[in-house]
Amino acid sequence: MAGIGGAETPAKKWGWGVLNTVVVIYALLPVLWIVSLSFKSSKTLADGNFIPREWSLENYQNIFSTSEFTRALINSIGIAIIATAIAVVFGTMAAYAIARLDFPGKNLLVGVSLLIAMFPQVSLVSPLFEIERSLGLFDTWPGLILPYITFALPLAIYTLSAFFREIPWELEKAAKMDGATPGQAFRRVIAPLAAPGVFTTAILVFIFCWNDFLFAISLTSTEQSRTVPVALSFFTGSSQFEDPAGSIAAAAVVITIPIILFVLFFQRRIVAGLTSGAVKG
Amino acid sequence: MAEIVLDQVTKRYPDGALAVQEVNLEIADGEFIILVGPSGCGKSTTLNMIAGLEDITDGELRIGGQRVNEKAPKDRDIAMVFQSYALYPHMTVKENMAFPLRLAKVDNATVEKKVKEAAEILDLSQHLDRKPSNLSGGQRQRVAMGRAIVRSPKAFLMDEPLSNLDAKLRVQMRTSVSRLQKQLGTTTVYVTHDQTEAMTLGDRVVVMRGGVVQQIGAPQFLYEQPANLFVAGFIGSPSMNFVPATLENGALRSVIGDVALTDRVRQLIEGADAPREVILGIRPEHFEDASLVEPAKLSAGGKFTSQVDVLESMGSDKYAYFNLTGEQAASAELQELAADAGSDDVPGDGISLVTRLSSASSAVEGASADIWFDADKVQLFDPSNGRNLTYTER
Ligand SMILES: Nc1ncnc2c1ncn2[C@@H]1O[C@H](COP(=O)(O)OP(=O)(O)O)[C@@H](O)[C@H]1O
Ligand SMILES: [Mg+2]
Repeated sequence: MAGIGGAETPAKKWGWGVLNTVVVIYALLPVLWIVSLSFKSSKTLADGNFIPREWSLENYQNIFSTSEFTRALINSIGIAIIATAIAVVFGTMAAYAIARLDFPGKNLLVGVSLLIAMFPQVSLVSPLFEIERSLGLFDTWPGLILPYITFALPLAIYTLSAFFREIPWELEKAAKMDGATPGQAFRRVIAPLAAPGVFTTAILVFIFCWNDFLFAISLTSTEQSRTVPVALSFFTGSSQFEDPAGSIAAAAVVITIPIILFVLFFQRRIVAGLTSGAVKG
Repeated sequence: MAEIVLDQVTKRYPDGALAVQEVNLEIADGEFIILVGPSGCGKSTTLNMIAGLEDITDGELRIGGQRVNEKAPKDRDIAMVFQSYALYPHMTVKENMAFPLRLAKVDNATVEKKVKEAAEILDLSQHLDRKPSNLSGGQRQRVAMGRAIVRSPKAFLMDEPLSNLDAKLRVQMRTSVSRLQKQLGTTTVYVTHDQTEAMTLGDRVVVMRGGVVQQIGAPQFLYEQPANLFVAGFIGSPSMNFVPATLENGALRSVIGDVALTDRVRQLIEGADAPREVILGIRPEHFEDASLVEPAKLSAGGKFTSQVDVLESMGSDKYAYFNLTGEQAASAELQELAADAGSDDVPGDGISLVTRLSSASSAVEGASADIWFDADKVQLFDPSNGRNLTYTER
């Protein structure tokens, strides 16, 4: 086999290995730098060493000592999970309909939802601010959840309908012939096969909500609904002359953890090629 | 167990396409019936209407004497095997086969027993815990069959179930499908575009063309008494030869020789109001090397001499191919058959002829040969509508 076009030769393997290492280092270096900063004491914070000379948990103790950060963490988790759940549920239904049914205005629906996703968010901030103020949604959880759903839904619909299209139509017919009601066919055949798509979409939507800064800073004003990215920007040192970089670094590390957990948890369920073997091959 | 009756069943798709037109068909309890025809002729649509996967536009469908037009597939108690097998990829072989039973809320012990039985019949016992993606094509096909037989439905519907297998496996599976159906005695409707499957599998064959049933009958009957040009050309492999011919004073003139009509043929066409110009159809096995025909029989047939284009020796017989000068027989049916066989774009002037000669024939490729044909075996068709002028019910 070796030597035939496209086969793996040792030289090729090495080439890929090196390239991968470079990419990983390039991507991880800033992250490691933040982690390193977060473990430095305030005296050594600006010394420029990659490996802290004095390890300390001072920054972590700082951020958890006030309610400013913990409250923001709760807001972030709550808002992101609710928005994700709603967007994925509605996205699943819409995507299933788009993939499986022919109804008038289908292409228009897909087009409009893509249009929303491409709309510059900045231009929506001021109108949203006014609307939410008059509706009493300003600085509340729903005040953030609603715009998040608006922007996450097109993403969810688009990703999910691609997944649904991959599921052979005939499986549903087969389930019907085997005696399933439409509900049973969906629950026992289609849903398990669509699961990887649903989880992938959930991850993407969650990350989008979790990382948002623009809406969060414009549509909140107090701890009541301020999310972590915004809370971070409000961090100050205990005195005017103290550098908040250590605390910010510690907070940044903390808010990365839920994302990593979320991805790891769902990744186990994303089994590529789950539909292979359904039809001839 | 049940008989299935299609009464003037018609299907018009929402886009206006008329896929199936007024099909009348009575399928007896336990019968193995084949729907055959070129692709796009409405076989799958007919099957899907029986299954309940497509609505019936017009007409009535009765299963076991009961009108089922409005019933959902799950209430018709019919199992289906799909061309793509449609196995559930996230379930093991066992779960796939048990699925219909689980939906029917059958108790665990019975499920185990039935799946085990089906697996034994289909030789799948060692594979019960594997996923479909780890099975070969033939094994997947058997799982699909297993899923259909576990719940002993009233009828099986199969839509080209073997067309995704390679040629050798297809022959093997063909015999096992046939054996299985006899063993279970379940009414079966089997769709195929392969005329060999049609000839070998069914009790009766339904030939369809453009949504219209052309003829229904036992395979051998369709072979011997095709109702029209389309059935004549579709059934049989290699297919029937067609040559333009002229009827004149009780004689038949064509490039393969002039013959007097035999009494049998004359009687048949008398009542049929035959035109002067006809299409002569004759099967390859009704030719013979003239030097091997007894003198007494020689005069009871026509004769032509031509150069052998290609000679294929099969051991038991020889197939000699000829290319005679003259106009090809022309009709809409023959054109459609050629298009379906993919041979409509093969350039060919003149009339191509396939003959089956006995192995003792001394015909040689490239050399001239004297070929005889049996005048009593000719079939005559009306070129304007394809009707078989020599058709008889007996
Ligand atoms: N869903 C559909 N909508 C419109 N026309 C269809 C549909 N399905 C099949 N047809 C048309 O109906 C005719 C018969 O199709 P089908 O029953 O699938 O043929 P076969 O199985 O004999 O190849 C074809 O002309 C096909 O184009
Ligand atoms: Mg078909």
